[in-house]
Amino acid sequence: MTLDLRRFYLLEVFSGLALTAAHFFRNMGRHVAFAVGASRTGGAVTIQYPEERRPYSPRLRSLHRLVRREDGSPRCVACMMCETVCPAHCIYIIADEHPNPEIEKVPRRFDIDLGKCVFCGYCVEACPEDAIRMDTGILEFSSYSRGGMIYSKEMLLSLEAAGADGRPRSPIPVPADRKA
Amino acid sequence: MSVVADLGIAFGRVAFVMLFVLNLGGLLTWVERKQSAIMQDRIGANRASIFGFRVLGLFHPLADAIKMLAKEDFRPARADRFLFGFAPFVSVFFALVAFASIPFGDTLRVAGREIPLQAVTLDVGILYLFAMLSLGVYGVMMAGWSSANNFALLGGQRAAALMISAEIAIGASIMGVIMIYGSLNMQDIVRGQGRSFLGGWLPAWGIVTQPLAFVLFLTAGIAATKRIPFDTPEGESEIIGYFVEYSGMKFGMFAMADFLETVVIAGMTTSLFLGGWQVPYLGPEGFHLPWGWAWSLPHLVIVLLQVGAFVVKVCGMIFFMMLIRWTLPRFRYDQAMRLGWLGLFPLSIANIVLTGFLLLLWDAR
Repeated sequence: MTLDLRRFYLLEVFSGLALTAAHFFRNMGRHVAFAVGASRTGGAVTIQYPEERRPYSPRLRSLHRLVRREDGSPRCVACMMCETVCPAHCIYIIADEHPNPEIEKVPRRFDIDLGKCVFCGYCVEACPEDAIRMDTGILEFSSYSRGGMIYSKEMLLSLEAAGADGRPRSPIPVPADRKA
Repeated sequence: MSVVADLGIAFGRVAFVMLFVLNLGGLLTWVERKQSAIMQDRIGANRASIFGFRVLGLFHPLADAIKMLAKEDFRPARADRFLFGFAPFVSVFFALVAFASIPFGDTLRVAGREIPLQAVTLDVGILYLFAMLSLGVYGVMMAGWSSANNFALLGGQRAAALMISAEIAIGASIMGVIMIYGSLNMQDIVRGQGRSFLGGWLPAWGIVTQPLAFVLFLTAGIAATKRIPFDTPEGESEIIGYFVEYSGMKFGMFAMADFLETVVIAGMTTSLFLGGWQVPYLGPEGFHLPWGWAWSLPHLVIVLLQVGAFVVKVCGMIFFMMLIRWTLPRFRYDQAMRLGWLGLFPLSIANIVLTGFLLLLWDAR
């Protein structure tokens, strides 16, 4: 029978304590150095979220927006491609005749139920007119009700693409039923 | 006049211990959060603020208390009405009063009076501590039984089993200390640790004279606090524990009792093994270093140094217990029982026999 020192639990306890204690004192030293200004980073890897943010990836799929024509009307021609491809069935389009005879149709209503959306991005890929994009950089939309998660055509049209740093450039849309 | 002064002094002694234990217990919620955060490369709770001041998250215990008081105080329909409400008070009460017989300083001599720095001077202080520590588990058992919930009952039963196995190991490991210092009085035990070995170089602290008992006592003591790695009564990933039906401040009292017990065990370990209020090489007149250098100090300064040393030691012990709590995983129930009955108990009995044998040799010199 060989003697395995690990069977003697106490030694392993001490090696574990040495590990955690070393972490504690190293991080404590870093925190103190940060507090007195001797170091630019503290002892934690935490990002203080609402105040500090990581830059988002340019490929990030965030809140949808509807791209506008030069006259401000939607580029969308209500072809129903996105509504068809959507695996979550969260897009609802009602088509209308466009006043310009060169353009066939225009959406009278274009609602996205973000409570159902799975952010797969298929709608963006399916769109033949490049009329819907998911590049606003907005992730923080919420509501106290299901109805408040349904974003209408007007809300989606008013959004801008995110800046070069990935920060959203338009304000976060507030659902009509949410107070303040 | 002297009766009033006596009453005032007695009140002051009790108040010091009460406030020390209560504040330290409350502060431990903060220590637990921050220490674990620093150990794990995190920041820890830092959002609670008063007028925009956050002070390293020190307001979180306050915010917790407000939250606990404002929460719904729920009682299950089939719970035992009296015991369900009574249990948390039992838990907290015995954890609070246990510290009373731990001395936090030597005798203070002011204006012709001799004030023992101890809430209660008891000749059997160590037995009192012991009794209070084990009575605390009654609250847990009551909670487990009165909740009318099988998981709570399991938790209470586990707490009782754990307490019995830990308590026996605590008692048996303390026995060696009692044999060495020849007293059941906590103050005498601490005074006995003021002697020294090796020509005055090595203080005769319990950890030096009884190293095995120190390890056994600390292990069993942590088991008595019902905290990780011995939190089988709680076991939140398996049975949630004896307080599963509790909410609001009653739940907070159980959490508080665990922290208070941590303070008590830290105080006990300090008094029995780390020299209590003893400062190394500090005698009743001042510092006396082994090579003959001496520095005499006024009485008040010495007493302050001693009380300070006690507080520092208790805080250091608490730090160490927190370190253990955030390092080790939970023992399985049967592992905890096996450790208690087949590990700690026989070893502490062996320690008593060994100590007796060595004492016999020492006296026969």
